[in-house]
Amino acid sequence: MDNPATPMILAARLVAKEFAAPHAKAVDQDARFPIEAVTALKREKLLSAYVPAEFGGAGVGLTELVQIVEILARECASTAMIYAMHQIQVISIVRHAMDNPWYQNYLRELVQHQYLIASVTSEVGVGGEMRRSHCAVEVDGQRFKLVKDATTISYGAQADDLLVTARRNPDAAHSDQSLILVRKADYTLEQKGGWDTMGMRGTCSPPFLMSSVGDVAQIIDVPFGDMSAQTVVPVSHLLWGGCWMGCAAAAVNKARAFVRGQARANPGTVPPTALRLAELVSMMQSLRTSVQACLTEYETLSVADDAAVGTLTSMGYSLKMNNLKIDATQALPNIVTKALSICGILGYKNDSKFSMSRHLRDAHSAAIMVGNDRILATNANLLLVLKDD
Amino acid sequence: MSKEQIRQVLKEHGKFSADIDSLADNADLYEAGMTSHASVNVMLALEDAFDLEFPDRMLKRSVFESINAIDAAIQELTA
Ligand SMILES: Cc1cc2nc3c(=O)[nH]c(=O)nc-3n(C[C@H](O)[C@H](O)[C@H](O)COP(=O)(O)OP(=O)(O)OC[C@H]3O[C@@H](n4cnc5c(N)ncnc54)[C@H](O)[C@@H]3O)c2cc1C
Repeated sequence: MDNPATPMILAARLVAKEFAAPHAKAVDQDARFPIEAVTALKREKLLSAYVPAEFGGAGVGLTELVQIVEILARECASTAMIYAMHQIQVISIVRHAMDNPWYQNYLRELVQHQYLIASVTSEVGVGGEMRRSHCAVEVDGQRFKLVKDATTISYGAQADDLLVTARRNPDAAHSDQSLILVRKADYTLEQKGGWDTMGMRGTCSPPFLMSSVGDVAQIIDVPFGDMSAQTVVPVSHLLWGGCWMGCAAAAVNKARAFVRGQARANPGTVPPTALRLAELVSMMQSLRTSVQACLTEYETLSVADDAAVGTLTSMGYSLKMNNLKIDATQALPNIVTKALSICGILGYKNDSKFSMSRHLRDAHSAAIMVGNDRILATNANLLLVLKDD
Repeated sequence: MSKEQIRQVLKEHGKFSADIDSLADNADLYEAGMTSHASVNVMLALEDAFDLEFPDRMLKRSVFESINAIDAAIQELTA
């Protein structure tokens, strides 16, 4: 994609090439945190890219963030996913907690110190169901206490702060949730397992038991259900979409280079693999088109006056964003597999420059991260009342 | 009258942990524990009970957030 080279895009390209690419293999092999890339993201002030200029951030929009994620994902999908997950947290704060002085102050600090925020929605017993919590906030005067047994916290050990879902209070229903930011000094994490996965190994996402305290001002007023429909779900699928596009583009580019190499070896003839490449490029285009279309629509809807009660909160919209997630995450492993078949044995070998191993393993996380079956089950339920009128 | 019928539907299909009778007409149903999954069942049951169909433009959180909101939507559709 021809990105206009804004300062943040240029910075992302630099981080991707100089700090993510050289370590991507080691990050994957050792399942270690991409410390070089994340340190560079902080140095370039990319962690506060979305924070409005009045608070000191770069004030970039979601479209530019998706481009940044894609640029990073072409070199290291784990780095890109970490960046995407962090931005989902920042966007949730900016969109829903900005009239809270505690959060205004926090955002200014975030710009200064480039805090990395991790997300804690998963919980033992609810698995991937983001809209249910067992744990509850316990308020005592101005202070709260919160303990959560989380199944997966990406970069939990490396994060500065955590954004956690929990029931609003110990009497609240499972679906009546709040979102709470807890600070590094105020929480402890007890690691309860490992993160030796097929792909996305650099995200370092093991289970943790989290215990935290804080000031009641840290409990965001807007119910999490509203934030989830208007922001968290669509923004996650769009930013993850950037990551999936980057991962797919990396595989396609290797296949492209491979076919060009074959063509050079045999001038004047079109190698048979070029036909497969033509199919592959069309698959890539479809993926890009569907992410782009949903992104454009979201950018319009989210700034509309009726964002809080309008289309964003409708079942029809929710179905559409869910379909983007399902389609894109099914397309991604297919694209990488096709790229692998083009490169043949050189794609299959781990020590070749055409190796598809990491891309293929990373690609399979997409359907697992919020399980596709769970999303399809939600759609099946919505379709009982949706009429497509 | 129709609010009583709405209450009855909620009681049968809303899967609430709270007691529906104690909920005020303007109480937030999502806060009372109605999930999006349960809200679909509520909508289906309301369509059946009132013999109407909610158009897609009405299928959003705010339309089903309280007994009053549901009642207003039904009034609009049966006017
Ligand atoms: C790389 C990566 C990073 C992640 N980082 C984080 C993080 O930082 N913070 C965080 O909170 N979470 C994170 N997650 C998400 C977390 O791990 C989710 O809990 C997980 O993706 C889904 O969990 P699950 O497969 O156990 O549960 P489920 O969603 O319960 O799925 C298990 C299987 O059961 C079936 N299933 C379950 N429910 C239904 C249903 N209702 N209908 C039909 N079938 C169903 C499906 O076949 C599904 O594949 C991350 C995930 C990945 C892959």
